[in-house]
Amino acid sequence: MKIKLIEIAHARSGDKGDTGNVGVIARKEEYYPILVKYLTIERVKQHFDGIALGKVERFELPNLWALNFLLHEVLGGGGTKSLKNDAQGKTLSSVMLRMELDIE
Amino acid sequence: MKNKIRIASGQGFWGDLPTAPEDQVSRGPIDYMMMDYLAEVTMSILQKQKRKDPALGYARDLVPLLQKLLPTLLAKGIKVVTNGGGVNCLACRDAIFDVAKKGGIRRLRIGTVSGDNILDRIDELQAAGMPLENMETGEPVLKIMDRILSANVYFGAWPIAEALDKGADIVITGRTTDTGLTLAPMIHEFGWRRDEWNKLAAGTIAGHILECGGQASGGNFSADWRAVTDMAHIGFPIAEAFPDGTVVITKHESSGGLVSLQTVKEQLVYEIGDPCSYITPDCVADFTSIRLQEDGPNRVRVSQVIGKPATDFYKVSMSYLDGFTAVGTLTYAWPDAIEKARAADEILRTRLRDAGLQFDEIRSELLGFDSCFGPRALASEEPNEVVLRIGVRGSDVKAVERFGRELAPLILTGPPGVTGFAGGRPKPSEIIAYWPALLAKHAVKPIVAIEEI
Repeated sequence: MKIKLIEIAHARSGDKGDTGNVGVIARKEEYYPILVKYLTIERVKQHFDGIALGKVERFELPNLWALNFLLHEVLGGGGTKSLKNDAQGKTLSSVMLRMELDIE
Repeated sequence: MKNKIRIASGQGFWGDLPTAPEDQVSRGPIDYMMMDYLAEVTMSILQKQKRKDPALGYARDLVPLLQKLLPTLLAKGIKVVTNGGGVNCLACRDAIFDVAKKGGIRRLRIGTVSGDNILDRIDELQAAGMPLENMETGEPVLKIMDRILSANVYFGAWPIAEALDKGADIVITGRTTDTGLTLAPMIHEFGWRRDEWNKLAAGTIAGHILECGGQASGGNFSADWRAVTDMAHIGFPIAEAFPDGTVVITKHESSGGLVSLQTVKEQLVYEIGDPCSYITPDCVADFTSIRLQEDGPNRVRVSQVIGKPATDFYKVSMSYLDGFTAVGTLTYAWPDAIEKARAADEILRTRLRDAGLQFDEIRSELLGFDSCFGPRALASEEPNEVVLRIGVRGSDVKAVERFGRELAPLILTGPPGVTGFAGGRPKPSEIIAYWPALLAKHAVKPIVAIEEI
């Protein structure tokens, strides 16, 4: 079954140098295990292919029903160096939430 | 000892909602107001201003703001803690004293925290074996030595708490962590010790929630932005802090906005790395320990925070000149808006190449189509219009300047149906790049001073 991530999660993103962080939060407690199982580093890497050029890291915050992703080399150099319209990665959360997950 | 204090967020960045500080002091009871003014590159801008005029180099907006608020602040006993002192805390303090005297204020005590500026000490620190290498890339500081504009250590909450202990009504600091501005009043009021890591981490997390102003109380809220009432009058967040480290995040009742589990969670995950070790000069906070509970309408309780000992290092933020950029836009209308914008981009790139111009990067995005989504942009219906946004970056200012002159001609010598060149040609702007490093804590000492009129 395919589900849209935005239906089960909300998110906020920001920057640290050339790295973007995307915090993805389950809308309900029972959705958190779905995030843990299906929103894997591999799936996120694939979704951000051509956007995030470096590695992807994932951290779990079960107390907040949240996963935190670090997307490296995603901001065109970051800060004042970046030529991107979204040099601060504010809309990486939108890109993330547009993902579809294939769940059992 | 008080059994509860209310710390309000007044500004999340320099240029934040101008009405927020006055709303915080007038719409309900608070004991402290923290105001964050310093982003990563702000120090270099302030350093430039100070070089031109030794009496500048701080957030100038603070002076008229405090001129207006001082009578209320003093009447209600509200203390202000801000890092708006930039690279010139003492000049900032004197400017505030000036307007206070003009306003007939008789007694005002201002504390300053300086000593964070190490721009003149880089050689000495190098000689003493402090490498100041880039903590992200590992590059040696020698690489940027002749281009450094500013270099500041991030101090934490303790020097601010010391100024409050000495009776300051207002504390003005240079580079300080955003979280320290909120933690300091708790240390001061509740007498927390330097090794009470759980409490220090609790205050740090409260600081993280407050440091972006309205972003914790309904601003930029992705879960359900329509549920946020009266966003026009959004109330900035307030932390009700208790001696055991428990904090309730709330806002003034008469204000707009929303404080909920979801708004607080979104701010908690904002700009964090490894949630188990959120490192500040004061402690290492564990975000996976936080317990959130609803505590009535627009009230969220934050408790059970676990902290670990602080590290032996301060973070250093340096800025340096790193070339030039220029960015320009053109708007293409139906039909074939995307195709025409891409053709124009290709024509422009050919002309830049023909002129023999070298750039480190040329980036083209189509606003209204793919500037946020890149390759994930969905090709749906043909858009009515798109904006071609094209930027260049390079070390040769002449090449960057020349790029600016190539854009306007595209209107008459490129694809049709193009407009939106009202702003004139894009001008080169200097890139002020950021260099993060670590410095042993024993190498620098915060300077706390108290002055009174």
